[in-house]
Amino acid sequence: MVAAAAALAIAAGCHATVAQSANEPLRIEIRQGVIKPLQIAMPAFVAGSPEAGELARDIKDVVAADLTGTGLFREIPAAAHISDVTSFNGPFSFPDWKAINAEALVVGEVGVDETGRMTVKFRLFDVFAEAALGNGTQFTSGSADWRRIAHKIADGIYSQLTGERPFFDTRVAFISETGPKNDRSKRLAVMDYDGANVEYLTEGEEIVLSPRFSPDGDRLIYTSYLTGMPRVQMLDLRTGEQRAIIESSDMTFAPRFSPDGTRVLMSISLDGNTDIYEVEVSTLRASRLTRSAAIETAPSYSPDGKWIVFESDRSLAPQIYVMRSGGGEPRRISFGQGRYGTPVWSPSGDYIAFTKQHGGRFHVGVMRADGSGERILSSSFLDEGPTWAPNGRVLMFFRETPGADGGPVLISVDVYGRNLKRVPTPGFASDPAWSPLRE
Amino acid sequence: MSVRATTGALLAMTLLAGCANDDNFELFGTSPDSDGAGGIGQSELASYEQDTPEYFTSIVGDRVFFLVDQSTITEESAATLQQQAGWLNANPDFTVTIEGHADEQGTREYNLALGARRAGSVKDFLVGLGIAAHRISTVTYGKERPVAACSDESCWSQNRRSVTLVNKELSG
Repeated sequence: MVAAAAALAIAAGCHATVAQSANEPLRIEIRQGVIKPLQIAMPAFVAGSPEAGELARDIKDVVAADLTGTGLFREIPAAAHISDVTSFNGPFSFPDWKAINAEALVVGEVGVDETGRMTVKFRLFDVFAEAALGNGTQFTSGSADWRRIAHKIADGIYSQLTGERPFFDTRVAFISETGPKNDRSKRLAVMDYDGANVEYLTEGEEIVLSPRFSPDGDRLIYTSYLTGMPRVQMLDLRTGEQRAIIESSDMTFAPRFSPDGTRVLMSISLDGNTDIYEVEVSTLRASRLTRSAAIETAPSYSPDGKWIVFESDRSLAPQIYVMRSGGGEPRRISFGQGRYGTPVWSPSGDYIAFTKQHGGRFHVGVMRADGSGERILSSSFLDEGPTWAPNGRVLMFFRETPGADGGPVLISVDVYGRNLKRVPTPGFASDPAWSPLRE
Repeated sequence: MSVRATTGALLAMTLLAGCANDDNFELFGTSPDSDGAGGIGQSELASYEQDTPEYFTSIVGDRVFFLVDQSTITEESAATLQQQAGWLNANPDFTVTIEGHADEQGTREYNLALGARRAGSVKDFLVGLGIAAHRISTVTYGKERPVAACSDESCWSQNRRSVTLVNKELSG
């Protein structure tokens, strides 16, 4: 499955770049406060061959869903368009797009050759400057990869217009749940970030928990009760090979990769006491990083690998602490009211996301690495377990509803608490883990 | 038919009562679950063999409960664990696995650690009563295996528990 992705050839930069106008480039900035969505016009992508018509429609729809799904863009409905785009190379009647208040214009073309190989091109224009933004890009792939191509196009547009790194061509590992609360069956699953292409990786016989991606996106580590005990397992998504990641009969859980993928942090419970260990993936050698009688769990590296943030109840209620990677005296950073847990360092390094329990409710929030600037992004009976999009601007977590019939769903929200919405999954879903951007 | 129908229910009654209790048996005999013809169904119950895991589970008591966020053994729990230790001393060939559980008011990973702490606390208590540590293994389920599914204290208090499972296979 993943191997097919490597075959995806991307020929970028094969089109002329138009020099930017002297005016400020078209840009929507992601920041706090109300954002007026940027108006974007996406006329039907040109079908380069008769067979390409359906693909052209599908691809354009996914690009539009990606962009409008961020809350940063509004697509001007086709019914309002004055012009059509019938040729990828124009000419484009910019006044017609200005007249309907389009700020950005996306044009695309989809062709399929006799072998089924697909070529997709797109260009982005600043309507008011009547100029192309960035390079046009051409993708070629098998047509089965059309959703990925669509996500890559949306990624290009998003990056160009926000100045942020992209995140649409990503996957999300999660735990698919079925059955009543006191008889749950859990399966490891993976899907595209938007809920498409769900694949199940375990059968549901044993409890599986909290998957996390390797930095290259090729492997998952997670906790499995396959042996009857919670143990950290590693699954190679390319080969399906699965193995234990530590030679220990102790209970191990809460795994997370180091940014370079060579080490895994995890909790080991010994004689009732849970501490944080670091395991070298190549040798399976474990070294102990915390030594207290309190619970230490949920460790996460800073993106530069120099720090580890984790959760400890050494001051009674669970709080968030930071220590040097390799161990050392931890410093408490959470001082707000309530209990803090599941800290996860943003891939951008600027924030730490967490779960907070306060006043009988659960919240997902973010704070700076020194504990300042706490911002609560969500609130419900049970919100838990944030994971970051690879650009550090969007988070996903799970929300569980109370009662015997309650169950978890996945929710995404931006780092300022805007655009909170359900992520579609086939049934109950928990423990999301966002993959890195795919190659 | 009435005998078959009542045996399971009688068993449940015995579990609830802890020990066989004549009053409860008489109450049961007149319950609507008995013979539909209006007669009174009654049958002898095979008594538990005291050296079976079933006896341990239903008569000795396999579980103790914890306060919110606590792993301390309460007075009530201590009484149950003393019974467990008594049984384990009398049946030295059995090993046990102690499951530690938490309610849903906590994050998944913290609750795994909390369940491990509770199981460890029960193990320590049994070891303190003279049970060899090698006969006791522990496992945490965190909030993954609630027995009661509602989302209030009436269920949470049942879920904050440890369960001592007697392993079916005798040790060496």
